[in-house]
Amino acid sequence: MTPSLALAVAGGVLIAAGTYLLLERSLMRILAGVMLAGNGVNLLFLVAAGPAGLGPIVGTPEDEISDPLPQAMVLTAIVISLATSAFLLAMSYRSFQLEGHDEVADDVEDAIVRRRAEADLSSEAYVELTPEEQPDTESGGRSGRADD
Amino acid sequence: MDLANLVPVPVLLPLLAAGVTLALARHPAWQRIVSGTTLGIVAVLALVLCLAADAQGPIVLWVGAWPEGLGIVLVADRLSALLVLVSSIVTAIVVIFPSRRDIADSADGAPVSVFHPTFLVLTAGVANAFLAGDLFNLFVGFEMLLFSSYVLIMLGATKERVRAGSTYVVVSVASSTLFLLALALVYGATGTVSFAQLPERFAALDPALQLTIQLLLLVVFGIKAAVFPLQAWLPDSYPTAPASVTAVFAGLLTKVGVYAIIRLQTLLFPDSPLTDLLLVVAILTLVLGILGALAQGEIKRLLSFTLVSHIGYMLLGVALGTEQGIAGSIFYIVHHILVQTALFIVVGLIERIGGSTSLSRLGGLASVPLLAALYLLPALNLGGIPPFSGFLGKVALLDAALDAPSPLAIAAVVAGIATSLLTLIAVIRVWQRAFWQDRGEDDDRVHSLRVLPRIWIFAASTLVGITVALTALAGPLSAYAERASIDIEGGAYHDAVEEAMP
Repeated sequence: MTPSLALAVAGGVLIAAGTYLLLERSLMRILAGVMLAGNGVNLLFLVAAGPAGLGPIVGTPEDEISDPLPQAMVLTAIVISLATSAFLLAMSYRSFQLEGHDEVADDVEDAIVRRRAEADLSSEAYVELTPEEQPDTESGGRSGRADD
Repeated sequence: MDLANLVPVPVLLPLLAAGVTLALARHPAWQRIVSGTTLGIVAVLALVLCLAADAQGPIVLWVGAWPEGLGIVLVADRLSALLVLVSSIVTAIVVIFPSRRDIADSADGAPVSVFHPTFLVLTAGVANAFLAGDLFNLFVGFEMLLFSSYVLIMLGATKERVRAGSTYVVVSVASSTLFLLALALVYGATGTVSFAQLPERFAALDPALQLTIQLLLLVVFGIKAAVFPLQAWLPDSYPTAPASVTAVFAGLLTKVGVYAIIRLQTLLFPDSPLTDLLLVVAILTLVLGILGALAQGEIKRLLSFTLVSHIGYMLLGVALGTEQGIAGSIFYIVHHILVQTALFIVVGLIERIGGSTSLSRLGGLASVPLLAALYLLPALNLGGIPPFSGFLGKVALLDAALDAPSPLAIAAVVAGIATSLLTLIAVIRVWQRAFWQDRGEDDDRVHSLRVLPRIWIFAASTLVGITVALTALAGPLSAYAERASIDIEGGAYHDAVEEAMP
């Protein structure tokens, strides 16, 4: 098998760029990253398919056609990445509607645990049996949160 | 009728029903009836498959009967059939719960009608992943269940759910991309993706390339299974979803990842068990997961952390790579799917009755004895109190680990016992604070089961009843798990697929 170097390098560059964008917080950039990385992987499938050849149509000699199976896989992958993009777009739009930006926020409960640790309080799961004496343990860290 | 034709039914029937329920979007009651009956039928068929696979070995269907093994192959061996059975039982029970209020919570105009179609596609995806006979079909199964889970986790699209869902979606998409990359690599290196042909061709490859592929797939499945250090997304994203959704996610989705790891380790790379690496990962998953659980003040998050932690037990059995270890893992998977789902469902009931899942806002729930029993039984089961199945499963796994000669296995036994005790502390803390502790004096609400539809109580009791009944069924079940693991180690899979090739 003689894989094409150009395809492999292009795939690698696309995946690298995609990975970089995936690490961003903005959902639009993540979307761009997902699409780049997905296309990079699709190129790698073409590498896996081996040398180029004629279309795999019944009647063509078998040693002249290109391997059809990876192309079927790529087609499936393209359909899936189309759906992923559509979903991510909808998600970032909804996020924009709700928050005014499309950045993924920190987890609220994580933030509470972290604040309690910084304030040197015991974890929320542990409460003294006489909470009146230690009001901090009950409310600590949670004060910033809307009471719903 | 040829039994092989039953194999695709657990995939096809829910997909068909998904279409029907979509057409019935304006009739929620009918939607529920359609999906309930469909999943019930699937459960019965899965039982038939399970018994048939036990009696006559793996049942194989080459879809479309293309010559020379060109088509897609579906395989129901003992392991797959058992997991399809358990997952369909769980989904058939859980589908009873969602109601307009439960799903929509505070969001007005939430698209409740999409719940049933999406849920059915999710079950089809889970079944497809279990039955897939090649890596690419496994990928497709994963994508089916992931896409439905994206929708389900963000149902109603409230602020909190979109935030939590974003993490989940991005992590899942990244892992899917990685899976696709691994597939390209596998196909480029071996020219096939079929589970039956791969082991032979992998063995012929350069050992370094073999290891690369194995580790790449391990990472992919490790993300799905929420194995340390790839577990951080889970406790962030699961708790915000509606209770019934979280229950199914917690019960099933991570187990699909564990199932894939079992297939990878036993079928594809039987000669490279990576015991040390997996043991270390299992120990860390066990310990760090449960330590996380102890710090939580919210029941759903606490349970999500115990979920992560207990994945470590299943991994422990896989890491050992012995027949005993695999059998222990299979038993534990079945136990954990049922118990974890039951717990999350009961937490959904607690949320409805007590108005919250935060420990600092709950109290005095012991005044509702049935609810207390429904929580306590699966909680003790999870913690591993005899005679429940959690105890039996843990003993089987630790027993298998003690037979292994390495000191790491002994460390895993210690970690396993410690985790079991810490799990008990975590769930009993919930018991003590939500059920026994008095509420504040200014709180004069009266807790009552009357706020719940009767069918919910019935369904939750059934599920908890099944988890308790696992104790009685433990004998036959663990014998079945042993036969399944002998199947796996003995190469029955490969032979059956080759034999059935048209």
